[in-house]
Amino acid sequence: MCLGIPGKIISVREDYVAEVDFGGIRREVSLFLCPEAQPGDYVLVHVGFAIQRLEEDEALETLKLFKEIQESYLEPEQENR
Amino acid sequence: MSLSKRIDEEKFAPILLEEISGYANHPLRLMEVCGTHTISIFRSGIRSLLPEAIELISGPGCPVCVTPAGEINRAIALSRLKNVTLVTFGDLMRVPGGSSSLHRERAMGGDIRVIFSPLDAVEIAEKEPNRKVVFFAVGFETTSPAIAVAVKEARRKGLINFYLLSSQRLIPPAIRALLSSGKVNIDGFILPGHVSVIIGRDPYLFIAHEFDLPGVITGFEALDILEGICMLLRQKRQGRADIEIQYKRAVKEEGNKKALKVMQEVFKPVDARWRGLGLIQKSGLILREEFSRIDATYAFNIPYEDKADPPGCLCGEILQGLKRPPDCSLFGKRCTPEDPVGPCMVSSEGSCAAYYKYRVQ
Ligand code: SF4
Repeated sequence: MCLGIPGKIISVREDYVAEVDFGGIRREVSLFLCPEAQPGDYVLVHVGFAIQRLEEDEALETLKLFKEIQESYLEPEQENR
Repeated sequence: MSLSKRIDEEKFAPILLEEISGYANHPLRLMEVCGTHTISIFRSGIRSLLPEAIELISGPGCPVCVTPAGEINRAIALSRLKNVTLVTFGDLMRVPGGSSSLHRERAMGGDIRVIFSPLDAVEIAEKEPNRKVVFFAVGFETTSPAIAVAVKEARRKGLINFYLLSSQRLIPPAIRALLSSGKVNIDGFILPGHVSVIIGRDPYLFIAHEFDLPGVITGFEALDILEGICMLLRQKRQGRADIEIQYKRAVKEEGNKKALKVMQEVFKPVDARWRGLGLIQKSGLILREEFSRIDATYAFNIPYEDKADPPGCLCGEILQGLKRPPDCSLFGKRCTPEDPVGPCMVSSEGSCAAYYKYRVQ
């Protein structure tokens, strides 16, 4: 349940809401817990909230692997979502 | 992608593996506290690559698994009240409370909805002012700041129909309880990465200082975990016990201060029951007084009724690292992910579900 997914901030709205790209899928994410994050930054996202900024190289690596995690791990969990 | 495929791509993995396989000293039991690590370890096949002397044991780090049946029952009782909409994370739906589950209640007509973000709960309350919206919130420190933000947001919007049923748990007190019980032999900890994004390194220092054991805050990829294990072995070799951070790209020593602040504004620690581990001091979170109006336990006055674990289910021992899922006589027979008996088989992060999925006998 503590899964964190890395994504890239595309744009930031005034009220701490960012549009974040997760390898092609875009979602709104709250920046309330990570207000210093800027467009272009990679952030770790958990239950709709950015919880930390990530170093870019490392985030790309994690993003690459995320697809694999999604296949084997996320999908069964989403049954109920 | 299997680990072996990744090894071709990475220069790093063979070096790590070589270092690990060089370890042939006396047996070493390392606990991965976090359920997300358990899954990642199984998925990547790391277990099969380790020398026999190194044993990985799964700990209590699955929020769904450690939620006692009594708390699930309380949520079920709430969902049966008139005008109540119960919202929660999907992982909780199938957990047996005793005679029922939220999933079953919903099938019988209960207004129970699955949300993705705590802010969804606030949105539902705002859109449906004639419903009493109760957010049944489970989670560790990773999730609590987001839950705290939702509570503050509901207040900012002046919603009078938003309530919280808090079943949140804190990781360091559970580790302390495990170590203090003296029941389980642990030589080092693979510490949770995302809990630590929030809390940082300091809350684990007691593991090194008081129990003289090493711990490494570790990320979730196969390489992260291999490196985390290497860092633990190095500490062992050098006779050190320290708390180190492998997952540096996400974890700062001081954690996420903003997140800690909002969490502390809204919640305070309270003694809490854990499935398997019993009552642990200051290991849960409840709303501070100024928010107690929205505390569903008071607002609806539902008595707490615990239920013993289903007969034969070893979840309690498994969560403490005392038993392994195949030790349970129901494992894979009466208890499967399709028809789970205990919570460790329900949750996708539960040890039983992980063992079953990856068929480790
Ligand atoms: S296999 Fe099922 S019954 Fe046995 S310990 Fe795991 S969850 Fe409980």
